[in-house]
Amino acid sequence: MRLVVDHVTRYRYDAPVRAVMQSHRLTPSDCDSQRVVDWAVEVSGGVPGGAFRDGAGDRMQGWTVPGPVEEVLVRVRGTVETRDTAGVLKGLRETVSPNCYLIDTPATEADAALFALARGVDGDEVLALAHGLAAAVAQAVAYRPGATHAATTAAEALALGEGVCQDHAQVLIACARLRGLPARYVSGYLFATEDGTPHEAAHAWAEIHVAGLGWVGFDPANACCPDERYIRLGSGLDAQDAAPIRGVARGATGASPEVLDVTVAIRAAEQAQAQVQAQSQSQA
Amino acid sequence: MLTGYFDEMHGKSGGKAAEVRAPYAKLKNWVQAMPVDLRTLKQAEAETLFRRIGITFAVYGEGGDPDRLIPFDMFPRVFSGAEWARLEKGIKQRARALNAFLVDVYGRGEIVRAGRIPARLVYQNAAYEKACVGFVPPKGVYSHIVGIDIVRTGPDEFFVLEDNCRTPSGVSYMLENREIMMRMFPDLFRENRIEPVDSYPEKLRRTLASVAPAKCKGEPTVVILTPGHFNSAYYEHSFLADLMGVELVEGQDLFVEGEYVWMRTTEGPKRVDVIYRRIDDSYLDPLCFRPDSMLGVPGLMDVYRSGGVSICSAPGAGVADDKAVYTYVPEMVRFYLGEEPLLNNVPTWQCGKADDQKYVLEHLEELVVKEVHGSGGYGMLVGPKASQAQIEAFRAKLREHPGNYIAQPTLALSTVPSFVEEGVAPRHVDLRPYCLVGERVELVPGGLTRVALTEGSLVVNSSQGGGVKDTWVLAE
Amino acid sequence: MLSRTADNLYWIARYMERADTSARLLEVGSRISLLPSAHGYRSEWDSLLQASGMAEGFAKKYGDPVQRNLESWLFFDRDNPSSVASCITAARENGRIVRTALTAQVWDALNSAFQELRTLERRERSSLELSELTDWVMRQAALLRGAIDATLLRNDGYSFLNIGYYLERADNTARLMDVKYYVLLPRVEFVGSGLDNYQWTTLLRAMGAQRAFHWAYGGEVTAAKIADFLILNPQCPRSLTTCVAGIANHLARLAKAYGRQTLAQDQARAMLADLEAESVERIFDEGLHEYLSRFIGNAAALGGAIHEVYLSGELR
Repeated sequence: MRLVVDHVTRYRYDAPVRAVMQSHRLTPSDCDSQRVVDWAVEVSGGVPGGAFRDGAGDRMQGWTVPGPVEEVLVRVRGTVETRDTAGVLKGLRETVSPNCYLIDTPATEADAALFALARGVDGDEVLALAHGLAAAVAQAVAYRPGATHAATTAAEALALGEGVCQDHAQVLIACARLRGLPARYVSGYLFATEDGTPHEAAHAWAEIHVAGLGWVGFDPANACCPDERYIRLGSGLDAQDAAPIRGVARGATGASPEVLDVTVAIRAAEQAQAQVQAQSQSQA
Repeated sequence: MLTGYFDEMHGKSGGKAAEVRAPYAKLKNWVQAMPVDLRTLKQAEAETLFRRIGITFAVYGEGGDPDRLIPFDMFPRVFSGAEWARLEKGIKQRARALNAFLVDVYGRGEIVRAGRIPARLVYQNAAYEKACVGFVPPKGVYSHIVGIDIVRTGPDEFFVLEDNCRTPSGVSYMLENREIMMRMFPDLFRENRIEPVDSYPEKLRRTLASVAPAKCKGEPTVVILTPGHFNSAYYEHSFLADLMGVELVEGQDLFVEGEYVWMRTTEGPKRVDVIYRRIDDSYLDPLCFRPDSMLGVPGLMDVYRSGGVSICSAPGAGVADDKAVYTYVPEMVRFYLGEEPLLNNVPTWQCGKADDQKYVLEHLEELVVKEVHGSGGYGMLVGPKASQAQIEAFRAKLREHPGNYIAQPTLALSTVPSFVEEGVAPRHVDLRPYCLVGERVELVPGGLTRVALTEGSLVVNSSQGGGVKDTWVLAE
Repeated sequence: MLSRTADNLYWIARYMERADTSARLLEVGSRISLLPSAHGYRSEWDSLLQASGMAEGFAKKYGDPVQRNLESWLFFDRDNPSSVASCITAARENGRIVRTALTAQVWDALNSAFQELRTLERRERSSLELSELTDWVMRQAALLRGAIDATLLRNDGYSFLNIGYYLERADNTARLMDVKYYVLLPRVEFVGSGLDNYQWTTLLRAMGAQRAFHWAYGGEVTAAKIADFLILNPQCPRSLTTCVAGIANHLARLAKAYGRQTLAQDQARAMLADLEAESVERIFDEGLHEYLSRFIGNAAALGGAIHEVYLSGELR
């Protein structure tokens, strides 16, 4: 499937700031499930830093926007040829040991409820266990936008019983690690067809490491494994570590958070219909 | 009188005046010829000199005077040329192995694959930086200044207590101690042929410049990055910057733009090629590590990983000096260098292992127990010196988090005569030499000798009442 | 030079000069308040505090201006950022940060001032004479100034120190005059009275300029002569002309060393040209208070430009 992405993020500052620094994980890497046809990242008024691939195979690049800056526009446009590999990640050049993904971060730290959820799933065989955990998470956390925010932890989301894809992914990661399975957070895009029930176009899911098979993706939010509708951008220990854009402003007045709005349009190249979503959130 | 210890001047058990080992021969007359009042005078003079140059050491958690001096003991610690040659070989060997280990574990991890060290110890280590995997720093060096803490128990018995691969401190004392001894006792330096140490700052500068990124053409700009003037080691940071002729910067003095890091100067931005940082990994860059860090430089890690700047020590170097990884350093020497280690480790029990834990709990009275991530002599139990209550309190902590602790036998640390109130008496010492690793591996002949000034004490940390001595290596 | 280092040097000078001013203010205030006054004891201290921007903090902490409280506030109180103790501590801390950019003599001067301050703070307050305190501050300030002039390399750092000194001094001279003319004697009938002369003389004395004034002018003390001396006379070490000329001179050195002119040089030159073309008559026509307010505003703007160009590190 050939997917076309147009993703715009706009940051606004209440008062002009001295400069903005961003670190991007915004360019997909080639692997068996995806091949980049063309891809471009633009930052309004931005100076690109050196591009590189990190040990997890992600394409990274720093950007700086010299000030005074009131608004920064990040636009990502590109085309990716995707293929269904039943969620199995193959052909990605990465050197990070899966063992690194057994470490918890504050966002994935376990509590009694997470422990109970993880323990409640049977499965001697690792792959079945992973599927079981994903299903259990989907059941325990209902999809409801606005219930949680960017800094909500896995434990908090589970206690709440609702959340968005970020929460689903982090709860699943926490459970998998409790069962001794390396697990990580993946950010990317999801194309949803008309008949499907799309959750978010800018999407996130989890990958669990299965010995012998490697990394396998699980999307509890959509109760499936990533297929040809998914574009994978990058991974990390949690949402923050895997964020497509991390940024800070210099000389920002501390009290005023920057407002950002995001529009993501993903369409299949062969099809005429486009699907657009807009969401607003704020970044501290 | 301490007995049962090797005294570096008198040999076994501090056998008084019976014999004097060769390196100390000329110090015997010096000490005998010095009347008490002259010694008092000299001691006061030394303190004045230290105060004037401003060398002080604020002690964590102790409060009190932030301008406190570390006590300086005028009685030098002496190595013969031959003793030093042996030590030097062992230190360099260890520094090479530690760096080879770091390049390996951030690359293919052969030593883990070969089963020579448990994967968990490396990859689940808090000091392991996933963000640095796949990046090889210039010249393949992660730890550019390796401080190795060494103790001695006999004429030929040296043990490594721990390695410091991040930013070992204290080298300013090595340099200042020498400076002050030469000013106060020039005759001693005429009578003894003592190898100089004052080339250290220049060697350090050369080492740092030698690992400039490939993108840097011409003479690299080196800076020292300090957490700021409230840091207890600020004096050392400014001292080294001054002697190397480089700028001492704080995070706010640097910024990232495009592919490089720049320094804010009165003439506009100046490009920086090598950063000798004295701040922890987690504070380096809020875009990569702790988002709340105010000490670092946003975007630094992206520039670093795309080859625009070098960071010394490289982020992630701390995984090699972890106290649990320490046990495996001799294995690293064999694995990477194909050599037998010239310096021994102290036998160590890992309390995370069931058998070891059992042994440790049964022998707390005779062991030294340390926190794996602790430093500065805190969170430490010296069994033979501890009260029963302290031992029991420690036993409880250890049972709760056994993985946080390692234990070692109480070593019979060597003693060196020291000036104390009653006169001259033996006091326990250790040694921290500073090995530089860049284009080449080098070591100035000397180091920092720390001395436990309290009679019988084995804790040499400055935060626990330790002092320092000038350390001599005699020219052969 | 690192912008932050330049900033630290600049503030060493400003704080030390400010400590000196606070001590002088204390002396002026104490002397003036010994006089019988139409306005009362209280209003005179109020106006002094107001001119130095320390009134609000004082009122909040102490309420009534009792002599002993005023001494505490202007000299010892760490809650007052302009107190002698606060300024000397801040100057020394700035010095500690750039320790290696200073000579041993300069550091010694800063460090001993700080160490002696701590000794003073430990002494019984009743054993401290006011004159002992103020003399001590002026001596420390002079020692530092002397060490800087005698031992420091004449590089860009030296210029930043001097710019700090001159800018702070210009501001202080203007404020001290403004206190006297505008706040202490708002009613025009007092101008020229015997009381007025006594107060002017006290002001000159507090600035250490009494003898210099007589050398330069002789005869009767008049408001016009004093204004000429403190504003326009390039021989007076505290005059606005001397200070602005000093700033302009050191900014010119920086422009030459760095090979570039900036907004700061333009502003300093314009201020100096204005002063050189000025006459006492025109100043009185404009109104001394109005003139001084304008000057204080211009000096602050110049300080802002220097910060933006050299000290903030934002120069591109």
